[in-house]
Amino acid sequence: MMTNPVRKITQGQFSFLPELTDAEIALQIQYGLDRGYAWSIEYTDDPHPRNTFWEMFGMPMFDLKDAAGVLAEVNSCRQTFPQHYIRLVAFDATRGIESIGMSFIVNRPAKEPGFGLIRQELHGRTMRYTVHSYASGRPEGERGGN
Amino acid sequence: MGTPLYSIPGPGAPTPESPAGAGQAAASGAAAARVPGAGEAHTVGEVLAQSQAAQVLDELDRELVGLAPIKARIRDIAALLVIDKLRANLGIQAQAPSLHMSFTGNPGTGKTTVALRMAQILHRLGYVRRGHLVAVTRDDLVGQYIGHTAPKTREVLKRAMGGVLFIDEAYYLYRPENERDYGQEAIEILLQVMENQRDDLVVILAGYKDRMETFFRSNPGLSSRIAHHLDFPDYAPADLLSIADKLLTQQNYRFAPGARATFAEYLAHRIRQPHFANARSVRNALDRARLRQASRLFAEVERRFTAEDLTTIESADIRASRVFQAAAASPQP
Repeated sequence: MMTNPVRKITQGQFSFLPELTDAEIALQIQYGLDRGYAWSIEYTDDPHPRNTFWEMFGMPMFDLKDAAGVLAEVNSCRQTFPQHYIRLVAFDATRGIESIGMSFIVNRPAKEPGFGLIRQELHGRTMRYTVHSYASGRPEGERGGN
Repeated sequence: MGTPLYSIPGPGAPTPESPAGAGQAAASGAAAARVPGAGEAHTVGEVLAQSQAAQVLDELDRELVGLAPIKARIRDIAALLVIDKLRANLGIQAQAPSLHMSFTGNPGTGKTTVALRMAQILHRLGYVRRGHLVAVTRDDLVGQYIGHTAPKTREVLKRAMGGVLFIDEAYYLYRPENERDYGQEAIEILLQVMENQRDDLVVILAGYKDRMETFFRSNPGLSSRIAHHLDFPDYAPADLLSIADKLLTQQNYRFAPGARATFAEYLAHRIRQPHFANARSVRNALDRARLRQASRLFAEVERRFTAEDLTTIESADIRASRVFQAAAASPQP
């Protein structure tokens, strides 16, 4: 964490920038919609970098034309999970891509405890390293914030 | 956090914190890209030139027959939006007007057609951001079991954001005979969005006049949130005839001499029969006349047809209709 200059978790797009305002988020959403992406909202309380499968909030949003609909859903997710990580994910259905086109975090807990490095000593002088997220040390519902 | 190293493109970005005028700001931003000096318009003409709304209004006048009260109201709305834009350019604030509407009228009087045009006009004037029309009925809004309705309605509303949501046969939403009907839930969500996200979408409810009146009586909250109640009048016989002319021209057909008079006669009989659906009946009658014309030509196996033969609808094609037989069987008093 000390080597991270922005002192927050950096995953997805824009994560080294200051937090996006709602207007900026709306512009990004509109950019995705104009390219035909389908947006969906995901949340988690375990921000480990290898935790790629976050919980989905509601259904993926197909056939939308305007960012207001997605933004309303983001705000309702923020209301439900104020102390969770929430990210917006855009699915690009183009044949041959069929994958995530954009992804960025739109909500973070008030306090981000970050990660610790765990060293495991093995035979000889072999070392094994793993990353442990401090947040996931606490039980569900007490991670993040307070 | 420090100062941001990036900036939002365009002079006015939509800010959800101040939703009033957000659509206009975005649209004037888009207009600024097309027409230099937009946002500095000081006359009605300049605003109209930038928005190209005048074209849509003219098209409306030219392509839709009759409907004088509707056209007048659409012009009023357009005028208000233009003046609002001029006021905004001078820095005079005003709340964006509520533009939810209800269209009542008999079948085939052009409710859906006008709704589609309305989406275009509002988009050109910068009131809605995208200008698409999402047409739904009860089935698209109301679920089949507990907890199904709210997500379904919300999804439709999200799809309609930035455009116009057209709810056809809206009175089906409320079924007083079944108190556990989920329609009421859909209405409540609809009301909430109509009130809170007025700048994000325009809701148009449509239906037959008497049933819509009952519907609004039992949902006073809905009625009072709709600013414009437009009543679509039935077409006069002369209007129906010119609708027929337009429909034929669109499909590259024309009446043979005398066929137009026969069609007028046909309409006079048809109007008195049950289930007359104005323009829709005219279109169906013409479709059937085309069928008869086709089979008349089909019978002449050896003949070489000219373009005129293939595009002309003869008096006999219309005369063969069942309507004339029914009229002959029961002569009018």
